[in-house]
Amino acid sequence: MKLPTVALIAALSLSLSGCGYNAMQAQDEQIKAGWAEVLNQYQRRADLVPNLVNSVKGYAAHEKEVLTQVTEARAQVGSIKATPELINDPAAFAKFQQAQAQMSSALSRLLAVSENYPTLKADAAFRDLQAQLEGTENRIAVSRNRYIKAVQTYNTTVRSFPSNLTAMAFGYQTKPSFEVQDEKAISVAPKVDFSTSGGK
Amino acid sequence: MTARRLGAFLVLFWLWLAGAAWAEVAVPALKARVTDLTGTLSAEQLGSLENQLKEIEGKNGSQMAVLLVPTTQPETIEQYSIRVAEAWKLGKKDVDNGVLVLVAKNDRKVRIEVGYGLEGAIPDASAKRVIAEDISPRFKAGDFAGGLQAGIKQLAGLVDAETGTAEQPSYSCAAPDDSPPIQDAPAAAQPPADLTFGDRVAGYLRDMPVWIIVVLVIVGTLIRCAIGPFFGGLTMGSVVGAGAWFAWGTVEAALFGGIVAFIFVLVGLENWISMAFEGSSGSGSSGGSFSGGGGSFGGGGASGSW
Repeated sequence: MKLPTVALIAALSLSLSGCGYNAMQAQDEQIKAGWAEVLNQYQRRADLVPNLVNSVKGYAAHEKEVLTQVTEARAQVGSIKATPELINDPAAFAKFQQAQAQMSSALSRLLAVSENYPTLKADAAFRDLQAQLEGTENRIAVSRNRYIKAVQTYNTTVRSFPSNLTAMAFGYQTKPSFEVQDEKAISVAPKVDFSTSGGK
Repeated sequence: MTARRLGAFLVLFWLWLAGAAWAEVAVPALKARVTDLTGTLSAEQLGSLENQLKEIEGKNGSQMAVLLVPTTQPETIEQYSIRVAEAWKLGKKDVDNGVLVLVAKNDRKVRIEVGYGLEGAIPDASAKRVIAEDISPRFKAGDFAGGLQAGIKQLAGLVDAETGTAEQPSYSCAAPDDSPPIQDAPAAAQPPADLTFGDRVAGYLRDMPVWIIVVLVIVGTLIRCAIGPFFGGLTMGSVVGAGAWFAWGTVEAALFGGIVAFIFVLVGLENWISMAFEGSSGSGSSGGSFSGGGGSFGGGGASGSW
């Protein structure tokens, strides 16, 4: 009775390492770390917004529409609880992404508008904020990229041959990633708005 | 010899299945602190920049490097720059005090990529200023060496101000070991193959249809999965050994087949694949005089144009 149990446990633990179980654990941790970094950078961007809005207000207070949009997007982003669990909930993940995309387009509109104000552009504080924002956007891009790669590795493990059996046995599923569609939304949105707002 | 070719074939086959796709503009190997692929800098200028950067590393420990490329297209300078930074690993491991100054000459773009550890000393706004005030004006005038020299001087000054140059020893304390993290290449257990033995082995392999090998690989992987590497290897080894004994009727063939199958299953398909990846992507450290210490980057820094 006892010996078969021991043998079974031994075989099971051996097979777990052989079938990618450990690899999946390690890759899952990698995804979590990657996601934490993405959230961190988005947070950093959100933290920059109030200062940025204030410095633009100082020179271009009448650009109400753009400023309101940014503030609203900021509020929207703030209202979504950015937790690590988000990656396991595709619907919430999509909502989060949408809010961040909105933030991105609102910010790029703000920067586009600020081009029209030479005094604002010359303001040292604004220039520093702009550099910080650019840097943060780049960090977001880098962290998103790393997250995408981590998810890709994990999903490949979950779906490829010997380890997919382990994944099935433990009910592991592929995880959502950022989609190209969203990238498109981010880069296209400002243009769309220029045509509809017609204010400028 | 044929066994190796067969191994290579199998690895390629699985790589193809894995659908590996690689990226566009190549990252040059890191051999010196200044890498000029545009032929802009004279040997003298290269030497003086090199010395300047070496001095900085001696002084405050930060590893800075300069790369001039004609263009980063189709990628943006930011995308290319982070790839270079990830490949070069400038800065000490876990201190992450590396800086990359990247110039894309034909694109008229320059970027300062700052390692994690120096994001406090060189915040994005400062990096932007260094570009706008020290680098761009000189580049505009065609003085690339001067721009780089001035920019690097400014960056080093920022790092000095943060760390305090005198505190250099504490820096080296923080990084007890700055040897790059070279993993020992896992000693790939090659199937035993004497030279006299080789011809006969080649014969066995020639006689064996590829589909049998593919089936054996799949079955072996499954068995490894089910009962573990060691017992799976034993089982597979005995089965293949018995099969070989039936097919060729020699103890040698049986032993050879059994041992190869045992080793293959023991190591496991995914490990063979990852070994092949390491072998193909690792540039085999060119033995140059300069190499990155294992620092990491997160996209901090600034870009500008002139």
